[in-house]
Amino acid sequence: MSEYTKPLPRPTATSRPFWDAAKRHELMLQRCRVCNRFIYYPRDRCPNCLSDRLEWQKVSGRGTLYSYTIVRRAATRSFADKPYVLAIVELDEGPRMTTNLEAPVDHIKIGMPVVAYFDDVTPDHTLVKFRPA
Amino acid sequence: MSLKRKAAAIGIAEVKPWKEPPPDLTPLKLMAQLTAQVLDDAGLEKKDLDGFLVGMPFADPGMLYPASACEVLGINPRMLNVVDIGGATPAGMIWRAAAAIDAGMCRAVLCIVADLNKLGDQRVPVVSVQREFESPYGNIGANCGYAMIAHRHMYEYGTKPEQMAKIAVDQRTNALRNPLATFNDKPLTIEDVLNSRMIVDPLHLFEIVSPCSGGAAVIVASPEIAKRAKNPPVWLLGAGEYSNHASITYAPSLTDSPIKPAADLAFEMAGVERKDIDLVCPYDCYTITVLITLEDAGFCKKGQGGPFVMEHNLTYAGDFPCNTHGGQLSFGQPGLGGGMSHVTEAIRQLMGRGDQRQVRNAALAYVNGNGGIMSEQVSLILERRA
Repeated sequence: MSEYTKPLPRPTATSRPFWDAAKRHELMLQRCRVCNRFIYYPRDRCPNCLSDRLEWQKVSGRGTLYSYTIVRRAATRSFADKPYVLAIVELDEGPRMTTNLEAPVDHIKIGMPVVAYFDDVTPDHTLVKFRPA
Repeated sequence: MSLKRKAAAIGIAEVKPWKEPPPDLTPLKLMAQLTAQVLDDAGLEKKDLDGFLVGMPFADPGMLYPASACEVLGINPRMLNVVDIGGATPAGMIWRAAAAIDAGMCRAVLCIVADLNKLGDQRVPVVSVQREFESPYGNIGANCGYAMIAHRHMYEYGTKPEQMAKIAVDQRTNALRNPLATFNDKPLTIEDVLNSRMIVDPLHLFEIVSPCSGGAAVIVASPEIAKRAKNPPVWLLGAGEYSNHASITYAPSLTDSPIKPAADLAFEMAGVERKDIDLVCPYDCYTITVLITLEDAGFCKKGQGGPFVMEHNLTYAGDFPCNTHGGQLSFGQPGLGGGMSHVTEAIRQLMGRGDQRQVRNAALAYVNGNGGIMSEQVSLILERRA
């Protein structure tokens, strides 16, 4: 197997529960106990109300495709091997995520339902990606 | 508080961007050249400058940059700052300069940007949202974000590729009359744009700025200095600034940009209507940026940017002159100098120095600066008083 050369996340104390959950093939988001909003990406305080009373909750992994592009000419060499679909998914719980969509190019439609899957890109790193639901 | 007619632009300097800069050129060397040029253009002496606003060059970034640059240039400022709002930096400098002048802190502020198209030692934070939640998925550079904005605009409003392409085409017509433009040798057609290579769907090569090297400078001065200036003063009539995200993924909307509040503030301060504007100079890193700016700045209804650009002639001789220097799409993007090119062009036109591309009787201009992925926005209204 060839070495994985694309950038990898470096979890922080704040974000580690998210990436640990991904490794278990679970999607977990923070939720603010004060204003009840789900939060992505992980924060130390709620970006809505600045409360620090945040808890982690497992979420459905379901959402819709908000927008996407097919990157034919990548900005960096590590992504230049082949075109890829970069996407923004709006989760059913509210937040949007930057991600990749695994789907035949001519089937991609903004607004389509999508579901998360977990790509174990290295033994230590799992990325959260999506495919058509 | 209002900055209406509290300060005026009295001089500009700009170089023709280089695709390959001379080997011995540095950002500071270029700043020295631009400072000499802009003082000459304004008819001021170096000792008259008492404010200094500078953009951080990517090719040579460093801490405590303004004092280092001022020392090299021999300027002793009463106010010195880096302005760091991406492509909105130059437009942001203009109102910051006016605010400093209105507060009595300065009388003549040098606003300057210069850069080379190469990366110096970047101080990227080790802990970074970009690195952790964007880069692993390949959301790297600006192209991707604008492509996703364009797709969403097409989805919500039915915007068509040829409508976006028309912007690049009309701006090229303008560039043919700008000797400083990088791409000024042949006209473009909509077919040319749509046949150029697809880079990030739905954006084609000719809808994307070309990075290069260069820079520009503007002097903003007090009313007392402006009244005895060599050039007709170009007054700041209104300004507004707004931002609501860094990564486009976390913006409230991909298609409703923070340009709206920035532009509303600027028009309210200026006390003029959209229909009074003689030319617009919207930031154009991509064609879609212009289309959304025209909508959110209120020149057409939301979602109608596509039909609007098809129905209007955006050239210097047209009914809706837009980026008469060619925009960055044809001028080139010399770092922050790309954003400054919209400011200098508006000033040039209002001073009546548009030469072969002069907009007739141009008295009011709208400028927008845009940073990051539609993040930082600065709208300006500039005026030449009759």
